[in-house]
Amino acid sequence: MDIKEITRDKSLGMTIIVKTISRLIVSFILVFGLYIVLYGHITPGGGFAGGVILAISYVLLILAFGGKVAVAKMSGFWASMWDNLGALAFVVIGFLGLIGGYFFLNFINHGTPGKLISAGIIPLCNIAIAVKVGAALYAVFLALSIYGRISTEEDE
Amino acid sequence: MLSHTSLYILDIALMGMGIYALIAKRHIIKKIIGVVIIEYAINLFLILIGYRAEGVAVAPIQDAEIGATELAAKAVDPLPQALVLTSIVIGLGTLALMAALAIKLYEKYKTFDMSEINRLRG
Amino acid sequence: MLILFHILLFFMIIGSIVAIETKNMLSAVIAVGAVGFGVSLMFLFLGAPDIAITQVIVEVLSLVILIRATVYIDNRAIERKFDSFAIITGLLFLGFFIMAAVWAFGDMTPFGEPLMRVSRRYLSGTAAETGAVNAVAGVILDYRAYDTLGEAMVLFASILGALVILRNRGKKPVVK
Repeated sequence: MDIKEITRDKSLGMTIIVKTISRLIVSFILVFGLYIVLYGHITPGGGFAGGVILAISYVLLILAFGGKVAVAKMSGFWASMWDNLGALAFVVIGFLGLIGGYFFLNFINHGTPGKLISAGIIPLCNIAIAVKVGAALYAVFLALSIYGRISTEEDE
Repeated sequence: MLSHTSLYILDIALMGMGIYALIAKRHIIKKIIGVVIIEYAINLFLILIGYRAEGVAVAPIQDAEIGATELAAKAVDPLPQALVLTSIVIGLGTLALMAALAIKLYEKYKTFDMSEINRLRG
Repeated sequence: MLILFHILLFFMIIGSIVAIETKNMLSAVIAVGAVGFGVSLMFLFLGAPDIAITQVIVEVLSLVILIRATVYIDNRAIERKFDSFAIITGLLFLGFFIMAAVWAFGDMTPFGEPLMRVSRRYLSGTAAETGAVNAVAGVILDYRAYDTLGEAMVLFASILGALVILRNRGKKPVVK
């Protein structure tokens, strides 16, 4: 089924008020999460907090529209795939430091402190951790709210 | 009465509340709540140790007004903050694990009561 | 400032008592949320904005997990019988921990004067050596990145455990 049809299906998810508000707000949450991740080395925040915000924007989709819309946007398979890719990217960044000397060496030029593109590998590590944490928490919430439902309930 | 140690003691009392819930309550979600409260208290304790009381507490972020040497003289300890930051997110992961276990137990025994589960299993 | 910390900690202890002792599970979970937001406020006043942000967000998500995944299924309270043995044991442990804590605090540095042997080095060197202005980001991902790798793997393992426990397909039916 097309994703627009599932979104308009009135039997799924919550009421129309919740759906409209969350449709307006979800993109702002996503952008705020990206801001927290990308500016993690300059302002408070970083990969862990930003990753949880990214996961929350998808959790809002699950809560408001039901699990089907969220699965159509990103299925459980792709969520665990992003989880693994984030963890792998973090380890690979660590091993790339070996070309300069030791594990997790900050091998990229540090640049001017305080600018967005600075601090070598720290923004890259932040992005990898954010992808890992966000995808992992989204996957586990998807599993808790869809697969973890008691089988006697009828709305599966 | 409002001494500096009393903050630590209150924080340990908060942790004791979690331990009490973990031991004395039979509802499995109450036990999960106990674990969550213990986690909060320990994180808060680590941050309390790193606080610096002289002057105003400065967050460990350097900017145009605060240089590197001034930061080292004024700012709070960044090391416990770095450890607690990861510990909070791991707490969320273990909470999800505990919730999954509780759901599976409910699916099998149709109750959240721990002593009831023990009786049914035996 | 000290009075503010005491008020916040009292608020948190009252919130935890409500969370532990109330009959309704939904209000218990929401009281835990109140404790978590109190902790986050405390982090903010203690000069740790990184952790305050993380705590608020994690608190929201853990509330949603607890409500949607567990309380949503079954909201009945169970505490019918008065279990005196468990309550006495719990209170005994509470008293024991507070006593041991008071005994141990004699050897600790007083509140507000931390031992900052390695942290001074981190604070003065973070901008020059790692390029990160935020000292916490510098410690997490440069000075102690190996530690962060380990913690990321712990998170990975716990999420993997939850997914394995919750999976329904692929299970063989029980032969009777």
